[in-house]
Amino acid sequence: MAVYSATRDAGLARRRKVTDQVIKVLCVVATVIGLFFLAWILFTLFWRGFAGLNLQVFTEITRPPGQPGGLLNAIVGTLIQTAVGTAVGTPIGMMVGTYLAEYARGSALGNAVRFVSDILLSAPSILIGLFVYVLIVLNTGGFSAWAGSIALAIIVIPIVVRTTEDMLRLIPDTLREAAIGLGAPKWKMITFVCYRAAREGIITGIMLAVARVAGETAPLIFTSLGNLNWSLNMNAPMASLPITIYQYAGSAFQEWIELAWVGALLITVGVLTLNVMARYVVRGGAK
Amino acid sequence: MAQGTSMQQVTTTAEAPPASASFGGMQARSTEKLHQARIACEALDFFYGTNKALKNINMTFPDRQVTGMIGPSGCGKSTLLRVLNRMYSLYPGQKATGKVMMDDQNLIGSSVDLNWLRSKIGMVFQKPTPFPMTIYENIAFGVNLHEKVGKKEMDERVEWSLSRAALWGEVKDRLNTSAMGLSGGQQQRLCIARTIAVRPEVILFDEPTSALDPISTLKIEELIDELKRDFTIVIVTHNMQQAARCADQVAFFYLGELIEVAPSGEIFTAPKHPKTQEYITGRFG
Repeated sequence: MAVYSATRDAGLARRRKVTDQVIKVLCVVATVIGLFFLAWILFTLFWRGFAGLNLQVFTEITRPPGQPGGLLNAIVGTLIQTAVGTAVGTPIGMMVGTYLAEYARGSALGNAVRFVSDILLSAPSILIGLFVYVLIVLNTGGFSAWAGSIALAIIVIPIVVRTTEDMLRLIPDTLREAAIGLGAPKWKMITFVCYRAAREGIITGIMLAVARVAGETAPLIFTSLGNLNWSLNMNAPMASLPITIYQYAGSAFQEWIELAWVGALLITVGVLTLNVMARYVVRGGAK
Repeated sequence: MAQGTSMQQVTTTAEAPPASASFGGMQARSTEKLHQARIACEALDFFYGTNKALKNINMTFPDRQVTGMIGPSGCGKSTLLRVLNRMYSLYPGQKATGKVMMDDQNLIGSSVDLNWLRSKIGMVFQKPTPFPMTIYENIAFGVNLHEKVGKKEMDERVEWSLSRAALWGEVKDRLNTSAMGLSGGQQQRLCIARTIAVRPEVILFDEPTSALDPISTLKIEELIDELKRDFTIVIVTHNMQQAARCADQVAFFYLGELIEVAPSGEIFTAPKHPKTQEYITGRFG
């Protein structure tokens, strides 16, 4: 057994303290750098976004340069496509998540489905856009809001699958046995007890999925294309905020560039609100 | 079934002071005669995969009396409980062979309607498991599974079951608040009320008080004593005093085998098997 002298111990303690300080400083610096850029982005966005923000943005549709235009068609287009995409993707995602958590525990098929879903979760969204382009746009003869919504739905699915499964897995089996013990068939146990217990978590997941797809550009480029005119026709191209930002920001016209900033501000505020609400829902559920 | 006589027997003993006998400092309840069997296990074996967890169990559970099941951890007592309401059928790889007879039906046969069976044989778990709903909905959930019940009748059923579970007075003003806000003891009594509300014939208790404080434990024990007027009760417990206090019949399990089953007055005063004696005097387990 080695015998440690007091001086050696003191040296060790000092070294540990120094290391601790160094690590701490590095962590703080990294945090500051991260926050600095985030603040910079938000500041620029708010600065330039609010500069162009007025009522006309919400009352007028996109117009050719030189005419007073707004973003109404893009805002409505984003709302519609996000809503349809979420409405299509959420039930599918929840059912897959339920299958994984309640029916396919440890089964090979379940593991395969989970693996594929996780890949889909991290797939570049432009790939999903191209996939829907080949599958739907080419086969139906044109760009359409349906195609855009379906592309968004495909992005929603793996997010909802993941959260649904995770939240259902947090429920202790004793609760399931309690429901079964009363004579509940499995589907009633899932819908009345498990979904109730996991509700907040699943809703949070859905809200985060909405926030994610509301800002997606790539999957819409080849699908709903964008539309400078007013259109609520799901079978025709439809405007959306991200696409409009993409088109306007790269243009040479000052008023278009200004509107692009306003659009970016709207999306950011919307997504931030959803995120904050999602956190609120989780905290409300933890009470 | 001689219901009248069984009821009478119970009432008589409940009124008379229990003819207590003691063994190892333990007060055993009366030496009341055991009733007719409600459930009978015959040559019951149980397997977790290839691991045999119950070996050739032959015993009966007397009607409207309490059967206590004791034994060291892993002895198979909880496993037997989970056989009685087929809870094991949830898990692939678990299987039972032999017979568990109730009303001329083999409960572990493949033709049994499990949802029906579980409405007849209710279960209360070790940890309180209130559903994340209101107190009222917790009770209504089970009832709605098996019956079409109007609003008024459901109100009555909720009051009846909560009263039977000695919880009505404490919750009658907050039936529409979340059951998660109740204390542990109240939650456990809610779970009992929820089980009763389905109107089973048998209630299985799996260490129902091991997560509760002494006062709540006492309340649950009193409740069990009261419930046996109407229900056949099986209780798994690690607490031998509890078995002595609550049970009319006690079964001692060891390593998957039923070592001894006898009226509680006998098993705690004059155990026939040396293993039983060692266990109840605290020499192992």
